Amino acid sequence: MKTEKVSILGLVCTALTVVLAVVWLFPVYWMATTSLKSENDTIANPPALFPWPPNFDAFVYVIQNSPFFRWYLNTVITSVSVTFLCILFSLMCAYALSRLEFAGRRLLYAALLVGFMLPFATMAVPLFMFMTRLNFVNTFAGLIAPQVATPLAVIVFKQFFDEVPRDFRDAALIDGASDFKILFNIYLPLNWSIICAMSIIIFIGAWNNFFWPLIVTNSTPMLTVPVGMTQVQSAYGVFFAKICATGVLASIPTAAAYLLFQKRVTQGVMAAAGLK
Amino acid sequence: MPPAEPNGLERKRRKSSRTAWVLIAPFVLFYVLFLIYPALQVAYLSLTNSDIAGEGRLIGLANYQELVSDRDFWAAVWHTVYFVLLTVVPNTAIGFFLALLVLRLKRLRLPILSAFFLPFVLPVSVVTNTALWILDANFGIVNNLLGTTTAWFGDSALAMPCVAIVTVWWTVGFNMLLFVAGLQNIPNEYYEAAALDGANGFQRFRFVTCPLIWPVTSLVLVLQLILQFKIFDQVYLLTNGGPSNSTTVVLLYMYREAFKQNRGGYASAVAIALVVIIVAVSLIQSRVLRVKPT
Repeated sequence: MKTEKVSILGLVCTALTVVLAVVWLFPVYWMATTSLKSENDTIANPPALFPWPPNFDAFVYVIQNSPFFRWYLNTVITSVSVTFLCILFSLMCAYALSRLEFAGRRLLYAALLVGFMLPFATMAVPLFMFMTRLNFVNTFAGLIAPQVATPLAVIVFKQFFDEVPRDFRDAALIDGASDFKILFNIYLPLNWSIICAMSIIIFIGAWNNFFWPLIVTNSTPMLTVPVGMTQVQSAYGVFFAKICATGVLASIPTAAAYLLFQKRVTQGVMAAAGLK
Repeated sequence: MPPAEPNGLERKRRKSSRTAWVLIAPFVLFYVLFLIYPALQVAYLSLTNSDIAGEGRLIGLANYQELVSDRDFWAAVWHTVYFVLLTVVPNTAIGFFLALLVLRLKRLRLPILSAFFLPFVLPVSVVTNTALWILDANFGIVNNLLGTTTAWFGDSALAMPCVAIVTVWWTVGFNMLLFVAGLQNIPNEYYEAAALDGANGFQRFRFVTCPLIWPVTSLVLVLQLILQFKIFDQVYLLTNGGPSNSTTVVLLYMYREAFKQNRGGYASAVAIALVVIIVAVSLIQSRVLRVKPT
């Protein structure tokens, strides 16, 4: 009797969860299906829940009539460069912090922890002035450089390197390996999964970054997708299919990165929050 | 090592130190130029009347004096606090609730978890465009279903709660994920022991789950508080501070002072004030949270 009652309750709970998940995904679904409607159909009443046959006019229009393709390229170049440079530099720095003795080691680590707490946006004004003086406004260098200087990956990698037995390095040193070789031939493969996880997290963060590209770019050909698509919106007025089509295209890289590498994204989120 | 070979040891240490400098050089270069330098510079600029090109002179604490009596600034502080109140606890509670629901599932667990987390990886502009479309006054599906024509972001009483709802929808998956990990780390033996002692489902939840998940809860609360005080993107894209400035938050105010009013010095003082507020509130919060548990 009692077990039956519990299982009915359990069934209700499961049903509730599924309904909630469907509601949660509905906005994404609605954006995706709106992008496949003609502009007339988007404002039809009642709206069609599923557009059939799908209409790709909005995608064609967006790709042909706005600098969207250029923005896409800009965002790919920026986020891939940020990811590569940040991971490479963070690995090197974390290895030194974890395994080598040098003057200023503690100071550097303390500076990283302080920088981790500082909200990036509060430094926007001096950073923009600095970019102006370097002639970095509206350049890839300007988009990329400040995003490389984030301490998160160094802090995470150092924690993981600290757990590698010290004997590994000592043995390799005796065999005549340099610290560079030890880092890239021993520490890198040993910590491959967290390196992948942090790479995906940093890539998603760089692709989605809105605030910094908004500050450092203002010429149309140098915008990134998240900033540029807000311009498309004002250029089109209320053309919902086109707005949704840009949304779908803008989401593909990060959504795909998440859906393909879910485990790594989860691991990266945990590490970023300080839970392993 | 015995001090028999001071030369060899010294050479080794010097070599290790040189390798270390080479290894840290690239990161430290970027870090000093693009984080440490601007962090120090913002404090200096707040004492000047610089424009956004950096031209100006020291004027002492005049910016801060102006700030104290600047009504628009305090309004922006209040709007930020209002947003924090609307998001921090709900976003944590809903994240916890979703984690409990998801962990009950077996075969459905991964797809359902992905459904709740997916919005978090979308660019903020996609999130806000989707929200503006769904909540559109004339053609949005929400008004269509309700049979109304409410301008959700055009009403000063509704705008901020709507921004908060969009934010929770976008970011709650992150909190859920932390709670899922935390709940999975609670050893099953605790529940078994409690069940043996005759604890029912609710009692197990109250006396096993709640105290053992508290460290994760307080972590999420701290992260949320810091994060939500930095609200800018969603407000900038959804309402741009309107209607009639009812959603102008501190960073939006800083952005306008800097890049629209050309007041780099004053904007820096606003930035420093925000850092002070965040540090003060998170210190208070960590005190409160540490007293409360178990």
